[in-house]
Amino acid sequence: MRLFDQLVFNRQLFMRHRVRTVLLLLAVSIGVASVILLTSLGEGARGYVDREFSALGNRILIVLPGRKETTGGGPPIYGASPRDLTLEDANALGRIPGVLAVAPIIAGTTTIAHSNRSREVITLGSTDAFFTVRQLNVGMGRLLSARARTEPLAVCVLGVKVKRELFGSRRALGQWVRVGDRRMRVIGVLEERGESLGLDMRDMLVIPVRTAEQLFDSPGLFRILLDIAPSADSDKIQEQTLRVIRKRHDGEEDVTVISQDSMLAAFDNILATLTMAIAAISSISLLVAGILIMNISLISVSQRRKEIGLLKAIGASSRQIKQLFIGESLLLISMGSALGISVAFALIFVFAGLWPSFPLQPPTWAVPAALLVAFGTGLVFSIMPAKRAAALDPVLALRGLQH
Amino acid sequence: MIKLEAINKTYQVGGSPLRALCDVSLQIEPGEYLSVMGPSGSGKSTLLNMIGLLDRPDSGRYWFDQVATEELNEERRAHLRGENIGFIFQSFHLINRLTAFENVELPMMLAGQPVKQRRSAVTDVMAMVGLSDRASHKPNQLSGGQLQRVAIARAIVMRPRLLLADEPTGNLDSHSGGEVIDVIEKLNQDGITLITVTHDQQLGDRARRHIRMVDGMIDSDHNAHIKGSNIKSSQTKISDIKSVDIDSADTEDKKSDDATI
Ligand SMILES: Nc1ncnc2c1ncn2[C@@H]1O[C@H](COP(=O)(O)OP(=O)(O)OP(=O)(O)O)[C@@H](O)[C@H]1O
Ligand SMILES: [Mg+2]
Repeated sequence: MRLFDQLVFNRQLFMRHRVRTVLLLLAVSIGVASVILLTSLGEGARGYVDREFSALGNRILIVLPGRKETTGGGPPIYGASPRDLTLEDANALGRIPGVLAVAPIIAGTTTIAHSNRSREVITLGSTDAFFTVRQLNVGMGRLLSARARTEPLAVCVLGVKVKRELFGSRRALGQWVRVGDRRMRVIGVLEERGESLGLDMRDMLVIPVRTAEQLFDSPGLFRILLDIAPSADSDKIQEQTLRVIRKRHDGEEDVTVISQDSMLAAFDNILATLTMAIAAISSISLLVAGILIMNISLISVSQRRKEIGLLKAIGASSRQIKQLFIGESLLLISMGSALGISVAFALIFVFAGLWPSFPLQPPTWAVPAALLVAFGTGLVFSIMPAKRAAALDPVLALRGLQH
Repeated sequence: MIKLEAINKTYQVGGSPLRALCDVSLQIEPGEYLSVMGPSGSGKSTLLNMIGLLDRPDSGRYWFDQVATEELNEERRAHLRGENIGFIFQSFHLINRLTAFENVELPMMLAGQPVKQRRSAVTDVMAMVGLSDRASHKPNQLSGGQLQRVAIARAIVMRPRLLLADEPTGNLDSHSGGEVIDVIEKLNQDGITLITVTHDQQLGDRARRHIRMVDGMIDSDHNAHIKGSNIKSSQTKISDIKSVDIDSADTEDKKSDDATI
């Protein structure tokens, strides 16, 4: 039997069973469209995160004390507790070519109080470089000056939320607050801004690093932020950072360096995995479509017993009968897939118009994957009805409806 | 052309075996016209399905054109059936969603023949059964006699050499039955081998060879050659129909040709 003839034959069949055909087309197209749309959603989220990261503008390296990687085996025999990162380490890192700014950070929690109000607050001890590296702007007053790198000045900069809770709508600039057991003058309030890299800057207090050293009575840094030049090679600077630290720490490489690039890569990774998980879940709808095709094909086989018997009597072989039934499913799936893909892309197009800041973008593999699953399930689930049809005894099939 | 040797077919009915065919041996030459008669359940249809390669015997041998059919696989049997054997059923078995033309075209389509060849062959056989003007009609727009003639057209469109008719007039009134018989007898006169299963004595008598089956066995098998001319003259009783124009001189020639083959 020629392919064209089979297409004509199937078309006649579809025309005859319109409701059934439309139902199956719908099932397949919904499955295909949902795979494409949902993966587009995942991919869109990834694109969104990418853009948020690159909107940060600068590139940051973060140096943490202690090694993150575990190399397996037992606990290390000596050098178990890492050395502290010190301000001197930070200054040494600042001399690496390609590093634009170094922001050492000491972190802790203190009580901040003004008149009769007080609260616990996360306190960061740092320098003027901190604001540059983290791209924080001043809302009122001024930020820490270069003197904060070396002198334990009794000044502080408040996050907006802290300011609001202590001062309400009253003026905070120039006021004295009590931080731990010290008195400090408020010199500035940060501009309102959301979370940035996991820290809510609205709910923070920033003081000079030397002041924090005294306040927390510890020379150990919480971390060091390096702002690296846009032209610099992040990996190379990462290596140099480790070399500098090794030299300063008697050959121990007891820090971890995280690059913004690797963080982005981690996000990318998570979202890509998520997208694939979504794809797998939405494939279930294609599985359902496959099962629907199987059921309807089985019904069709029993309804068309007489026809199958006849086809055999006029020379159709079992193989041809099988081919007819599988071809019918594949044709339905082709049409359903085409419909599903069109609908999905139409919706993506409409969506892009309505919500341009979050562009849905199907990953390149979405369409092939959806088609693969659609045809795979279609094939698997049409084999059984096709086999049943092919195995029909023509004599019985003809007699059964001869009554 | 056809040679059956000790064919047996047993069905299990409610646990006990039922012998539908019992050591049936039969030889049929090309161009013969057989009628198979006998009481209901005597195995007539089973025999016909066996000859038509729709069914396989439990034991015994069947040669079709010297080909031992029991050795063929399903694929080859289907091919042999499609090329050489035409079926006509009591209940027509036309596909309702297809037009008369498309129904007739179906065997050629399954055989993978090109459209042009199909078109001319279908047009020819539709004319032969007198239904040229009904080609685009669907089965539900045709009468019983017309339906059976469409089925005949479908059975012969592949130019088979054997035509098997299982009670071809069983669902028809005598008038349309006559039309149908006329058509298939004309085909026989043109050389096709014809086997008709029937309960209608009158129809059975028209054949040149009569087989009577009882309980799965061939009870009697005799030629009615001598009476042939008598039957021919009485033909007008059933078939005074115009649909087929038989050039009798021509067919007589053909018949004698066939007899010598
Ligand atoms: N598939 C089957 N399963 C069980 N028994 C069957 C089957 N096919 C036929 N038979 C039995 O075999 C016997 C012969 O059947 P067959 O159809 O050949 O009879 P028939 O001579 O054509 O009868 P009728 O004149 O009623 O058509 C019957 O008793 C029938 O019941
Ligand atoms: Mg019968």
